[in-house]
Amino acid sequence: MGPLITRRIQVAFVGCPNVGKSTLFNALTGMRQHTGNWPGKTVGMAQGRHRRGNTELVITDLPGTYSLQGASQDEQVAARYIAREDWDCVVVVCDASCLERSLILALQVLEKAKRAVVCLNLMDEAKRRGIWVNQRSLSQQLGTPVVCTAGDNRQGLEELTQAICTAASQPEREPLPRWENPVFAAEEMAKDCVKKDGKDHDFWRRKIDQLLVSRRFGGGLLCLTLFIIVWLTVWGANYPSELLQRGFDSLYGVLHGWLAPAPTWFSGLLLDGVYATCTRVAAVMLPPMAIFFPLFTLLEDVGYLPRMAFLLDPAMARCGGCGKQALTLCMGLGCNAVGVMGCRIIESPRERTAAMLTNAFVPCNGRFPTLIVLGSLFFSQAGAALAVAACVALGVVGAMAVSGVLNRTVLRAQPSSFLMEMPPFRRPRLGKILVRSLADRTIFITGRAMKVAAPAGALLWLLSYTGLLTAIAGWLNPLGLALGMNGIILLGFILALPANELTIPVILMGLSGSTLQAAGEVSPGLLLSAGLTWQMALCTMVFTLYHWPCATTLMTIYRESGSIKKTAAAGILPTAVGVTLCFLLNLLL
Amino acid sequence: MERRLDGLRPGDSAVVKAVNTNAHLRRRLQDFGFVPGTLVSCRYLGPGRKVAALEFRDTVVAMRTEDLRDIRVVC
Repeated sequence: MGPLITRRIQVAFVGCPNVGKSTLFNALTGMRQHTGNWPGKTVGMAQGRHRRGNTELVITDLPGTYSLQGASQDEQVAARYIAREDWDCVVVVCDASCLERSLILALQVLEKAKRAVVCLNLMDEAKRRGIWVNQRSLSQQLGTPVVCTAGDNRQGLEELTQAICTAASQPEREPLPRWENPVFAAEEMAKDCVKKDGKDHDFWRRKIDQLLVSRRFGGGLLCLTLFIIVWLTVWGANYPSELLQRGFDSLYGVLHGWLAPAPTWFSGLLLDGVYATCTRVAAVMLPPMAIFFPLFTLLEDVGYLPRMAFLLDPAMARCGGCGKQALTLCMGLGCNAVGVMGCRIIESPRERTAAMLTNAFVPCNGRFPTLIVLGSLFFSQAGAALAVAACVALGVVGAMAVSGVLNRTVLRAQPSSFLMEMPPFRRPRLGKILVRSLADRTIFITGRAMKVAAPAGALLWLLSYTGLLTAIAGWLNPLGLALGMNGIILLGFILALPANELTIPVILMGLSGSTLQAAGEVSPGLLLSAGLTWQMALCTMVFTLYHWPCATTLMTIYRESGSIKKTAAAGILPTAVGVTLCFLLNLLL
Repeated sequence: MERRLDGLRPGDSAVVKAVNTNAHLRRRLQDFGFVPGTLVSCRYLGPGRKVAALEFRDTVVAMRTEDLRDIRVVC
């Protein structure tokens, strides 16, 4: 226990997108807000605490905004918070490497905020680019303390908290005179306070940038990048998955021995139900995620995502969307719920709705295992990777086609404009990427899946034990067969509503249901021996791609849109597409 | 010489004269500090010349060329 807290200061971090607010916030509070090198990464507010002697700073990290009159939802969050005035001090975080742009917002905030500190972040990057800021002169002109920091290296944090404490205890500052025009005022100040050494420090970065977005190679490089990520995920996940399953299986033997004296139903429920389902889910989902997330976070950290939006904007424009929707689709590859949340960066409300409703067309990480297992039914490993990549492409096409239809018909979206900042490339922080993607995302999502896998496993075992599983599957069988699958597979999809990762374990348990066979490798051989034909597998793959989103995603859509109708539409749209496609495929094959 | 912003080729630069886009986009551009008098250069053009990356005030911003048509610049 430290000294007693005698003073509490409410602090708000405000600033343009992508100036490192969240990195600073994390450094001060020890929290792990996700950060990434693209504007719009932080869409919600986060709160954390920092102790300094007997003072506690309660820090709110606001989503980045370019102005206090911003149009998109995440930007309004910041403006509203500033207007509420229940904070003690506002920290305006600026990008020292392009101060002029940051100052435009800073001046707007300083007009309203009576106690403020201006924080020049990314000083390390400014230094690298030969930019020098006259801190004292800037402080004089702004009438507020100015602190230099480099959030990445934890430099200047002490000075920052010191300045916050001092500012919060001082009498209210005279608000700045209303600037005639903050843009020109910022220009004047920047001219006065910023010195550049005039050398070209970014030559190579610019060259790489030019290559990545070039008309000739850009598209190809984009496809190649995505394919490599999918391929590495599929190829790399295979062996660890097997190893994990083998480990879980031997543990199963041990546990079975221990539980031998217990009644059969008890050990069955616990081992064949809960344990088998949980371990299968873990074995199929952990390895792909542990590979996919670090790779994706790497892309994010370097700053490739905005380039991707740049390249994809023309294609998205044809569907009535914009490049930012491509970003949300990419996030959907990790987790559809995250993708839906990310739709906040889209300004036009109609385009945003279309983007939210179609996000689940892109297969999330939880559906990768199903696609991988089914893909490897017909193909070698490289072929399976290709099949999964094709599924991802098909998902993107589906999302684009459906949002195109939605935008032209129901939503009648006005063609809107596209305006997005492209941040400079930054050197990826490999250590941080690993920690962040593994510890935060992978473990978090696995935990979320485990929470539903345990009760689902118990339920499944009970259904199977009482014979209800076969009965329900038999009842669903006609519908399943009409869609080119069977009752068990359809039931698998229904029972996997809480989490898509459950699909394959449930189907396996269902197929081997009569014998109540417990743990075992999720191998294509097992599926084949259970009477799965390749037509069935193909239809199952299509249905995996296009069916209702998981419960978490649906709940997120409801929270974001506040509309039952839209949530229902988000469930019905992909299902309708999937049912139609499977029905047609079944007729053709 | 006065011309439209979509006429800029990669590497060209010009000074913004008038922003005659829709009010919403004008407002957004203003937030970025893109107002008459701003020095702007074209960094590169995207697929099918439908998008362009513009550089002004040490910032690179992506925009659609069809929106650039409504912006007049002086070279």
